[in-house]
Amino acid sequence: MKVSLNQKILSRNEECAKKNKAFFKENNVFCLNVISSPGSGKTTTISRTIKDLGDQIRIGVVEGDIKTDTDAQKIRDAGGEAVQIETHGACHLSAEQVYNAIKALNAEKMDVVIIENVGNLVCPSAFDLGEAARVILLSVPEGDDKPIKYPGTFAEADTVLINKIDLMDYIDFNLERVLADIRVVNPDVDIFQVSATTGEGMDTWYDWLMDKKNKG
Amino acid sequence: MHETAVAESILRTIIVEGDKAGAKPVSAIISCGQFNAINDEVMGFAFETAAMGTTCEGMTLDIKHIPLRARCKKCDTTFEFDVYKPACSQCESTEFDFESDAPLLLETIEFEENE
Ligand SMILES: Nc1nc2c(ncn2[C@@H]2O[C@H](COP(=O)(O)OP(=O)(O)OP(=O)(O)O)[C@@H](O)[C@H]2O)c(=O)[nH]1
Ligand SMILES: [Mg+2]
Ligand SMILES: [Zn+2]
Repeated sequence: MKVSLNQKILSRNEECAKKNKAFFKENNVFCLNVISSPGSGKTTTISRTIKDLGDQIRIGVVEGDIKTDTDAQKIRDAGGEAVQIETHGACHLSAEQVYNAIKALNAEKMDVVIIENVGNLVCPSAFDLGEAARVILLSVPEGDDKPIKYPGTFAEADTVLINKIDLMDYIDFNLERVLADIRVVNPDVDIFQVSATTGEGMDTWYDWLMDKKNKG
Repeated sequence: MHETAVAESILRTIIVEGDKAGAKPVSAIISCGQFNAINDEVMGFAFETAAMGTTCEGMTLDIKHIPLRARCKKCDTTFEFDVYKPACSQCESTEFDFESDAPLLLETIEFEENE
C-alpha cells in the first residue's frame, strides 16, 4: 500500500519560525540571522556593532554554539545582552530553540535581535528562524571559492559581509571573482566589505542595518 | 549534518502514518532542491541511525534531486541552472532570475500489504 503525502519535511520548524516572525512583528523588533563558517568573525562583528550602535538602539543577541557560553560572555563584555543556546552537537539552530531564547532575552524590549548561528556555512541555511533578514559572513582567509561551492547559502542571503578585509594584502583573494559569483546566485543582494577588528567599512553595514530596522 | 534533523522529522511522520495505516513501512521517497544541501550518503546514514529500534528499522529511503530552473532575462528561455556554467542555455546570457528552488518534501511512503 502506498500513501502519497507531499508534505514539507521541516514543517515543524517552519511553523515555529512563523511564530517567531509574528512575535518580532508584534513587538517591532528587527531580527537578523547571522551565518558563516567557524571563525569568520560573527562574534567580533556583533560585539563591535553593539559598541558602536548601542547608544542609539537596544540590541539583544542569541548565541548558538555546539558547546560553551564563551560567545555570549564576549557579547556581555561588549556591553550587550545575550542568551546562549548550546546545541550539543547539532550543526544549526532551530526556530524552536530561538523561540525559547527570545523569551529568556526579553526580546520584546529590544530594537534589534541578532542571532549568531552555529559556525557552519551549509546546514543553518535550511532552517528559517523567523528572521527579517539573513546575513552571510565570508572572511578573506577562507578563500574566494566559497560562493561557488555553497551557492544555496549565498542565494538565500539578504546581505553578505566580506570580513577581514584588513588581511586582503596578505592573502590571495580575488574580490572581483567573489562579487561576481555571489551575483550569479543572488543578483540583488547587498554586499559590504568590512573589517570587524579595524572598523574599516563598518559604517556601510551600520547604515544598512539602521535603514532596514527603520523600514521594519 | 543537518540531515539528522531531516531524518528525525521524516521518521516522526512515517511512524504516525504507519500507526494510522496499521502496517509496517518498507520504503519512502523524499525530494529536495539544489539549495537544501542534502547529501545522499549522509542522509541515508542519518535515517538508518534514527530508525534503529523503531518500526522503520530496515526501511529504504529514496532521494530525488529536483533541478533548479532559471529564466533568462534576455530571451525568456527557462533552463536548468548549473553552477559550473551559470548562463542561459539558449543565448549564453548571464542575466537570469531563479525560479523557486524545490522544497524538502516527503512524497510517498510504501507499506507492507496487510491481508
Ligand atoms: N584580522 C582580522 N581578524 C578578525 C576580524 N574579525 C574577526 N577576527 C578574528 O577572527 C577570529 C574569530 O573571530 P570570531 O568573531 O570569534 O568568529 P566567529 O565567526 O564568531 O567564530 P565561531 O563562533 O567559532 O564560529 C578571532 O581571533 C578574531 O579576532 C577582522 O576583521 N580582521
Ligand atoms: Mg562566535
Ligand atoms: Zn537567453
